[in-house]
Amino acid sequence: MRRPKKYEAGEATQYISRRAALRKLQLSLNDFRRLCILKGVYPREPKHRRRAQKGSSEIKILYHAKDIRFLLHESIVWTLRDYKIFARKTGRDRAIKDFRNLNRRLAMFPELKLDHIVKERYPTFIDALKDLDDCLTLLFLFSTFPSLHLIPREQSSLCRRLTIEFLHYIIASKSLRKVFISIKGYYFQAEIKGQKVTWIVPHYYPFKPQSRQEVDFKVMSIFVEFYTIMMGFTNFRLFHGLNLAYPPQFPSSVLQDSEDTLKDESSFVSDRIAALNFELLRTDKLQEDEEEPEIDMDLLEQDGDSKRIIKMKQEAQEVSRLRTLFKGLKFFINREVPREPLVIIIRSFGGKVSWDSSIFSGATFDESDETITHQIVDRPSLSTQYISRDYIQPQWLFDCVNRRQLLPTNQYFLGEQLPAHLSPFVDAKRDTYIPPEEKALHDPSLIETHVQSDDESDEEEPEEEGIDQELLDEQLQRAYQEETAEYKKYGGVDGVNEDELSDAEEASEEDDEEEEVDEKTRRLKEEKQKMSVQSGKVHKVNKRQERKAEVDEHRLKARMVKPRHRNLFRHLIRKQQTQEKEEWLLRKKRRTIDANDKEAKKTAKREARKAAAAAAAAASKLGGK
Amino acid sequence: MTKKQATKRKVKDAKPTKEQESVSEQSEQEEDEDLLQAVKDPGEDSTDDEGIDQEYQSDSSEDLEFESDEEGNYLGVKENNAEESEEDGEEEEDEEGDSSEEESEDNAETAKSEEKPSGSKAVQEPKKLIGEITPRDPSKPEYADSDTSDEEDIRNTVGNIPMHWYDEYKHIGYDWDAKKIVKPPKGDQIDDFLRKIEDPNFWRTVKDPQTGQEVLLTDEDIALIKRVNSARIPNPEHNEYEPWIEWFTSEVERMPIKNVPDHKRSFLPSVSEKKKVSRMVHALKMGWMKTTEEVERAKQQKRGPKFYMLWETDTGREHMRRIHDPVSAPKRDLPGHAESYNPPPEYLFDEKETKQWLKLKDEPHKRKLHFMPQKFKSLREVPAYSRYLRERFLRCLDLYLCPRAKRVKLNIDAEYLIPKLPSPRDLQPFPTVESLVYRGHTDLVRSVSVEPKGEYIVSGSDDKTVKIWEIATGRCIRTIETDDVVRCVAWCPNAKLSIIAVATGSRLLLVNPKVGDKLIIKKTDDLLAEAPSQDVIENERIKTAVQWSTAEAAEQEKGVRVVITHFKPIRQVTWHGRGDYLATVMPEGANRSALIHQLSKRRSQIPFSKSKGLIQCVLFHPVKPCFFVATQHNIRIYDLVKQELIKKLLTNSKWISGMSIHPKGDNLLVSTYDKKMLWFDLDLSTKPYQTMRLHRNAVRSVAFHLRYPLFASGSDDQAVIVSHGMVYNDLLQNPLIVPLKKLQTHEKRDEFGVLDVNWHPVQPWIFSTGADCTIRLYT
Repeated sequence: MRRPKKYEAGEATQYISRRAALRKLQLSLNDFRRLCILKGVYPREPKHRRRAQKGSSEIKILYHAKDIRFLLHESIVWTLRDYKIFARKTGRDRAIKDFRNLNRRLAMFPELKLDHIVKERYPTFIDALKDLDDCLTLLFLFSTFPSLHLIPREQSSLCRRLTIEFLHYIIASKSLRKVFISIKGYYFQAEIKGQKVTWIVPHYYPFKPQSRQEVDFKVMSIFVEFYTIMMGFTNFRLFHGLNLAYPPQFPSSVLQDSEDTLKDESSFVSDRIAALNFELLRTDKLQEDEEEPEIDMDLLEQDGDSKRIIKMKQEAQEVSRLRTLFKGLKFFINREVPREPLVIIIRSFGGKVSWDSSIFSGATFDESDETITHQIVDRPSLSTQYISRDYIQPQWLFDCVNRRQLLPTNQYFLGEQLPAHLSPFVDAKRDTYIPPEEKALHDPSLIETHVQSDDESDEEEPEEEGIDQELLDEQLQRAYQEETAEYKKYGGVDGVNEDELSDAEEASEEDDEEEEVDEKTRRLKEEKQKMSVQSGKVHKVNKRQERKAEVDEHRLKARMVKPRHRNLFRHLIRKQQTQEKEEWLLRKKRRTIDANDKEAKKTAKREARKAAAAAAAAASKLGGK
Repeated sequence: MTKKQATKRKVKDAKPTKEQESVSEQSEQEEDEDLLQAVKDPGEDSTDDEGIDQEYQSDSSEDLEFESDEEGNYLGVKENNAEESEEDGEEEEDEEGDSSEEESEDNAETAKSEEKPSGSKAVQEPKKLIGEITPRDPSKPEYADSDTSDEEDIRNTVGNIPMHWYDEYKHIGYDWDAKKIVKPPKGDQIDDFLRKIEDPNFWRTVKDPQTGQEVLLTDEDIALIKRVNSARIPNPEHNEYEPWIEWFTSEVERMPIKNVPDHKRSFLPSVSEKKKVSRMVHALKMGWMKTTEEVERAKQQKRGPKFYMLWETDTGREHMRRIHDPVSAPKRDLPGHAESYNPPPEYLFDEKETKQWLKLKDEPHKRKLHFMPQKFKSLREVPAYSRYLRERFLRCLDLYLCPRAKRVKLNIDAEYLIPKLPSPRDLQPFPTVESLVYRGHTDLVRSVSVEPKGEYIVSGSDDKTVKIWEIATGRCIRTIETDDVVRCVAWCPNAKLSIIAVATGSRLLLVNPKVGDKLIIKKTDDLLAEAPSQDVIENERIKTAVQWSTAEAAEQEKGVRVVITHFKPIRQVTWHGRGDYLATVMPEGANRSALIHQLSKRRSQIPFSKSKGLIQCVLFHPVKPCFFVATQHNIRIYDLVKQELIKKLLTNSKWISGMSIHPKGDNLLVSTYDKKMLWFDLDLSTKPYQTMRLHRNAVRSVAFHLRYPLFASGSDDQAVIVSHGMVYNDLLQNPLIVPLKKLQTHEKRDEFGVLDVNWHPVQPWIFSTGADCTIRLYT
């Protein structure tokens, strides 16, 4: 029997380098990249790199040999090869100006069919939903792109269509759960069939060209090529799940790539938003007002009352409340407010929304409509205001959704300084720093006490009272003292001189009286005290020292960590320390900020008071004259 | 046709240059001949040559015309020329046909072709008259003497060869009779000059390159030359602007020009076409064929992806080949408060953080946040995030380029890694606080030893003194001055003797401290007073190494009783448990570095004939007759009775500093200079049972307590660490080691901290000596 050679079996044969893969597949690097992106093939990290690379220790890109063998049987490999041939032949035709042949060939452009790849990469629909995050984020980005060199117009308009369809699904199914305005864009989180799908819609921006080192649009375009197909199928299934017709039909004026929409970017965007503010056609003739069946709740009630079930019940109740959060409310969006995210939010929670019809298309009612309950404004002041509605800033909507209730609007009024906008994605029970605003969210009592204590502390300070106030107080005090002195003189039982009394406190007064009453008893008491067992002194524990001792002890223990765990232990400790430091820093910053705020508030108050007093004085002077 | 034109132009170009030169000759007579020669050389003027190659003939119509001219004159070439002339005719027809296409230019050409012969004639005519220069009569018509136009008169039969081949000969060729044509006499420059002056026709005289004869140009010739030179049509009679006759018109004639009537089938509908059409109609009806509109519509529809119900159910899985062991990409982290457009104020960076964030521009992964938190007053003011595209791109790269593997994420608490040990509170008593400091030494205190009863301690220092202290009060009872640095002191463990062994320099002093029980002091003094009789003859090897002597009177005063002088400085001295034997270590002593002295017999032994390394320290086993010898790396255990090596302990450390044995004798503790302490279970293995890294610097000494399960270590990091080291009687249970307390009150001096530690024999108290000249007691 032949003795097996090194690297003929085991890990070395499981992995294949990229170069070898290219050779095996007979593809160029670009084609291979495209294939990998479309098929979802990625490099693997071997367990032992040295062994997997046949002894070399430099870091190579390794693929699983089985993956490459799997690619070998892929039909689109042939399409990719056809592309090469197609490019060569059309190039030739163009060069010799054989346009007839060229046209014929262009008509026979080899189409890349990706349907089977979608099925293969996502065997179940849930799998596809799980992987929807990147897909949606990229499609939302591409839907705003102009026609670029590597991104054809069809691609971006397809992206736009698919994203609008998806948003319509979200609106129709009311599955939006969390929203967040970050500096990067608007985060939306929806719950579709139990899967949390999060996507980002960037803040509106005029497209800026990027250098090739920074961003390679070719790669992104390939991703989008796959994601559009995947999204289309997903949308199809989602729409059918809701008994909606797919593809949805929009009014003819909307979403047609006419000349002016292509030219004018703002009309392009407004078109998209107009498409959102539009009820979809249903395949069944059911009305929308039928509610979600609440059988779950009953079942849960029967099942018992374990903690988890109670929690689930609460969650279900909250969600059902959230779904009708804006029901019956009518919103009007002023023109300076970014409309797209707001329209999504309002519509998906049952509100009605409109905007200035003279500027953007798709408006459903006018500003002068008296039934409007909220007008969303993002400017410091407004000339004409209706009394019948609240003028609020857009953050109100986001905070309402995240808190799952309609918040009082007073903090969000026109020109008001907004409260901090918190992320809904953080874990409430994490052991890092939690800002006071978030604490107040979970425990509403906290915020009240906080406010109260603020008020108290404001009133406690006697120094800050105005001068005239102080004077008044002093006079009152004197008057009171005089009164009591008189009372003591005439009506008092004991011959206690007044001086003593004025000095002593009221509480001590009674003691003195007692002492006077019986000296014998006092002596007895003293004797008793002498006889009695002295109460032992409580051993005062120096907390700091104890803490230090504890830390020392812990340190000594930590030195007993096994040598093979020492590095890990050190790493963990270091991580913990940086985390603690971070937390400490945040806390410290907050403290100083709060103190500064308080100080500023105080000085402002004092100044206001002074000014008022001065004004009053001036007025009185005037009056006196 | 284009080719022809090109050749024509070439010929046209060639001609004028020739003529031009001939015209210019009149002024430059001297170079006249040379020039002519030069013109002749290229041999391009094949017009008058017989040996024209066929290609050339077929190329240019003008040349052909010249050929046809020759017909009349020369019968010899007539036959093959006749054939050519036919071709010529065709060519000429062709040319006419072409001329209709290219109107004016061709007119000019035809005119030229008519004119050409006269030109060539003009050159050739004078050749007839060899020798004499006779001007041709201009009045006489050109073709008067013969009906053919310019008869080619070839007198020189050499053919188309470079004429300079004849430069060396007197003749220039051969005429038709094969006679030499003699070159005409060539005058010198003066003759030329004279002729130039005298002859009025000199300017129109040209030399014929073929014959060397001079030819006089006629007025017509000159006029022709001038016309050609000025790029006009050579023939003066030719009218360039003749009215255009349109031979072929675009107008369709009413009546056919041909007189053949149309065939009948041209009036009848075609049957085959009818069949074809009916087939098409049928195909259209059946839907086999599509109209162009339909095709266009289908194409429109085909464009763009088609979506259908790909998944039948939500979770139903159809068996399909997938990639091997798929690992789904992890999702992006969700944003925290810091990413909000309006975060709580503490999340915004202060100056220091901003600076640090900006400083890490080249290593962005080291930043604590990948973005800078910002706060905006209102949503309207939020700009686009400049790195958004880049981030999306990086995510794409991650998805297809980042190696993936399934890894179990180690989500453990750091506390979990600390071994579960009992709390020190349950393991009391052990020393926790410093209670006394014994001050008095002026240099670092090397060693300390406790009296077996536990009332006094002795310390040896670098200030060459040994001090005896009372433990309870911290009072220094006695100071014994020595001659050299005291390296080590050791109190005899036998309570019935009061002896201290003091290693100072190379002398070992046995000192009676004179403290404690008077009886014992007396007894000890008596014991040491007289030397026992030596009955064994001492070995030479020992004799040179060690000398026993009774102390002198001055030293007797101090308490020194016996002096054992070694040949090298002593580093360590240690007693056997019974107090009769003591061992000393001299690291420089080579093979004799370890010595064992017997007090009762005043005798010394060298246990090893050869040392296995640099001996660091030695130790007696408390129970068995065993001897531990620590070299730098290893520890060897010898049986003193059998005089053999029992075991070798492998420490795997660089340098051993000290060792201590458990009072039961089964466990050994070793301290090393590389920060470690090693616990050896002697029954278990030759490798350490546990390695402890409790200290941050070199460990100088270790000590076991005699009664309590405690041990302590002193190190250069100024700390004394007290640990619990419980050894169970049950052999199956491993020793329990728990570090209890770190006592750090010694001061640092010259990189040294604690030099020696020693336990109180009864109490859980520990004494430590330090480089800060103090001895400290911890209780």
